[in-house]
Amino acid sequence: MSEAPGNVTVVAAPDILIRAKGLTKTFGDFTAVAGIDFELTRGEVFGFLGPNGAGKSSTMRMIGCVSPPSGGELSIFGLDPVRDGQAIRARLGVVPQEDTLDVELTVRENLLIYGRYFGLRRDVIRERTARLLEFVQLTERADDEVEPLSGGMKRRLTIARSLISDPEVLLLDEPTTGLDPQARHVVWDRLYRLKQQGVTLVLTTHYMDEAEQLCDRLVVMDGGKIAAEGSPRELIDRYSTAEVLELRFGLDEHEKMAGKLEGVPAERIEVLADRILLYTADGDAALGAVRARGLEPVTSLVRRSTLEDVFLRLTGRRLED
Amino acid sequence: MPDRVMNERAPQETAGTVSSGRGPSGFGGLPLRILPWPLLRGAGLGGRGSGRLIERHARVYRHTWGVLISGFFEPLFYLLSIGIGIGHLVGTVTGPDGRPIGFASFVAPALLATSAMNGAVMDSTFNVFFRMKYAKLYDSALATPMRPDEIALGEVGWALIRGGLYAVAFMVVMLAMGLVHSVWAIAAVPAALLIGFAFAGAGMAATTYMKSWQHFEFVTLATLPMFLFSTTFYPLSVYPRAVQIIVECTPLYQGVVLVRGLTLGAVGSAQLLAAVYLGVLGASGLWLAGRRIMALMLK
Repeated sequence: MSEAPGNVTVVAAPDILIRAKGLTKTFGDFTAVAGIDFELTRGEVFGFLGPNGAGKSSTMRMIGCVSPPSGGELSIFGLDPVRDGQAIRARLGVVPQEDTLDVELTVRENLLIYGRYFGLRRDVIRERTARLLEFVQLTERADDEVEPLSGGMKRRLTIARSLISDPEVLLLDEPTTGLDPQARHVVWDRLYRLKQQGVTLVLTTHYMDEAEQLCDRLVVMDGGKIAAEGSPRELIDRYSTAEVLELRFGLDEHEKMAGKLEGVPAERIEVLADRILLYTADGDAALGAVRARGLEPVTSLVRRSTLEDVFLRLTGRRLED
Repeated sequence: MPDRVMNERAPQETAGTVSSGRGPSGFGGLPLRILPWPLLRGAGLGGRGSGRLIERHARVYRHTWGVLISGFFEPLFYLLSIGIGIGHLVGTVTGPDGRPIGFASFVAPALLATSAMNGAVMDSTFNVFFRMKYAKLYDSALATPMRPDEIALGEVGWALIRGGLYAVAFMVVMLAMGLVHSVWAIAAVPAALLIGFAFAGAGMAATTYMKSWQHFEFVTLATLPMFLFSTTFYPLSVYPRAVQIIVECTPLYQGVVLVRGLTLGAVGSAQLLAAVYLGVLGASGLWLAGRRIMALMLK
């Protein structure tokens, strides 16, 4: 609460950390980000979901003050990323898409030197290093070289490194891309713990399960634009049905079979190369209607809608193609 | 996990931690003592971040200190082979002030200047290229409050620290071998640093234009002839005037003039001019390198 001029008491706006309006990034003739609007509130986990080339990384680089916007407005902590880049970067933690660990230093030294880049005192860094290595489960590897670490360990070390400055906002660009499923789950678990501790996270991903598990709120990006915005639940409710019936028929039969599904209770039918998706409130009822027509799919599956379905609806394409 | 780290997350405190953590400590002030700081500061170059990059390099060399030694032995071997060995055949040459001097005394300062050049070029070209393109060192540093000009200055500062150590060691050898003929020689170590500064600045600026390892052939193509022909082993007077002018324009020749004048005690306007030449070359190279790193990295 704050007193506005004229003695009118106004409710303070939620703590907005990042605000973008018409934000644009072009490289020559190529437009990577085509005028996007979004706001980030303190304490939330905010995601950019979209396929490769959607403009997610360009957006992250602009937020990270390592890429000047080509147009529009961008304010981070109320500061200008071009003029106050140094001050903003002091308050951000960055986990880049490609590992940039210092392979000439040990695990522990990576945190020490990175902390020094932030101008932190050595005793402060030492104290945080012990806790952070514990947090990312690398305490036993503290004095090892970086190179022999597995992909998942390197990723966790990068996350620990990004936390050394005790950042107000953590930026994660494709945090689990290239990791095997088990390593991914470990990273997700650590990020989920950060979320529980109230750390503000911004992440990009082209994995819908990652977005669904971690994000409080997300924007769906495609072709440099924002196609939709909301919580995973809201987006699914708004752009998809409660259930999805997946049908697989023989090879190359899907187009033909789709024609025969007329009248089956489904809001929408999507024909993919390898299966047919029927969007419906009741998957089992729809499957019964399909069978009543004498059609016998090779396999059938009733599942809940996911963000993948939202993306398909919004763009007509699949996320991970 | 770092429950305490996270619980302390009051925004004001976070800001305070970062700024209060910036006190000068350890390596933080190193380049301040070595570089003409006010000059650089005035040109908008550098900051405390450069010291942190130097701290990083120093830590890396803690693991691999062995490679540091080669930089000392190279000029020493040249001195023993050419200065002493061939010096026996040559006898004396005409020094800068016209008096005859021993060949080793003539060659030694030029070898000091050359090793300052080689060390700085090695650090600012091969090593910088590797850190920029392969190790992604600057990408990670630029995600922190570090600035491109601080990185450029840090690289040059590191090259100078290394070069300074070699210069001191080589001067000790020259003293022990009786090749130092003037108290001016005290200034030969800072002179070697100035040569290093000139070549580190120029080398780093050049590196930002390089696309592949093949381009480093040009580095050797520039430094090797300078080493051989910049009056390292014989006086300028052996050349016809046209060639003399070309040689006089090279930075290594100016470096040799500077160091040789100091160790032989023949100091005059030529040495002042050489110092200005080298200072301007280094500062403009450094300025350009900072700009180029910004253009390359912050797209």
